[in-house]
Amino acid sequence: MALRNPSSFLNPLMFFVISISLFPIAISPEAQTLSSIAPGIIWVITMLSVLLSLNSLFHYDYDSGVLEQMVISHHSLPLILLAKTLAHWMLSGLPIIILSPFLGMALFINTEGIYILVLTLIIATPCLSLIGSIGASLVVGIKNSGMLLSLLILPLFIPILIFATSAVSQSQSNLPIDGQLYFLGFILILSLLITPFLSALSLKISLE
Amino acid sequence: MSKLIVNNLSCQRGYKLLFENLSFELNSGEVLKVSGPNGSGKTSLMKILAGLSSFETGSIDYDDTKINSERYNLDFLYLGHLAALSPELSCLENLKYTMRLGNDNLDLDFSDALKKVGLKKFENELVGKLSAGQKKRIALSLLFITQSKVWLLDEPFSALDSKAIKIIETRVEDHCNSGGICILTTHQECNIKNLKEISL
Repeated sequence: MALRNPSSFLNPLMFFVISISLFPIAISPEAQTLSSIAPGIIWVITMLSVLLSLNSLFHYDYDSGVLEQMVISHHSLPLILLAKTLAHWMLSGLPIIILSPFLGMALFINTEGIYILVLTLIIATPCLSLIGSIGASLVVGIKNSGMLLSLLILPLFIPILIFATSAVSQSQSNLPIDGQLYFLGFILILSLLITPFLSALSLKISLE
Repeated sequence: MSKLIVNNLSCQRGYKLLFENLSFELNSGEVLKVSGPNGSGKTSLMKILAGLSSFETGSIDYDDTKINSERYNLDFLYLGHLAALSPELSCLENLKYTMRLGNDNLDLDFSDALKKVGLKKFENELVGKLSAGQKKRIALSLLFITQSKVWLLDEPFSALDSKAIKIIETRVEDHCNSGGICILTTHQECNIKNLKEISL
């Protein structure tokens, strides 16, 4: 479906690439300056790109009435929502993971940092989609809900942002990063276990 | 023989009480037409019976199964105002997707269902390119392949011409003659046998 409507996933991806490309122009093209702030830049723009794409997670299905059929289906609603969130991650998080090494090199992150950047994105972008699905299911049906969704979800993204950027920054200085990676892994497991049920509950409340 | 018993149902939306003390009983083979002015709660009643909305008081009993249980969801087919069709998918893909959500049975003659509503040549056409009436026909073509026993049809005749209305009325009659139950809301006159009527 996304391939038949490419703007739904291409727009956030273009936002990701263009936004990061603007930082060297706006701040400084010097390697030392950029490499120190690059992890933060990439992770903040990743979060904002995922937020942009979250609006369309349930929006089209709500407008067409397909969402109602999902809710009253005899299949498990949390499982359906987990599948939808996985599809969302494949269209929002996976392209970011693929492009991140190139953008990381453009911002002068060293080799070790690039590896850890990709690893943190692999672990944590599914968390962004899963946690974001709770917010998206709460605001489904509300017009112009972009700002509301951001207010709901961004505070929940902050711990991921802190630990992911810390892991990449410290890896560039060859410092240990086990704690940060374990924390991100914990968030991923917790999200996988809990968020589908919370999203299902939020969706049923929103559709009443 | 299936039985749907609704007892003293009441529904409130916000601060407005839409209906209260609503009771009716439907056995296999019966059709219930729900009528009433705009805003009287017809769609809310259908959503409550489908398990999409909650109700304030009362009870809904269907063959000793609980509302929203797996058996309940399998036996009930809900077609609401919205056609439940994804515009990016073709007519055939949409029918397969809806049936997959409904009862997993994909070994059905989808082409024949589209033929019965006069849209056989639109199988591979994207739904987004169809008119409102054609979308409604695609949605109603599910009635020719579903195995659900209880049909909840919210305004099934809207956007349809008289020929299509007759096709759907005949299908509802056939369904009830085979032991099914149907509840529909409409402002139009219905020429269906064994029709009960309530007004909200």
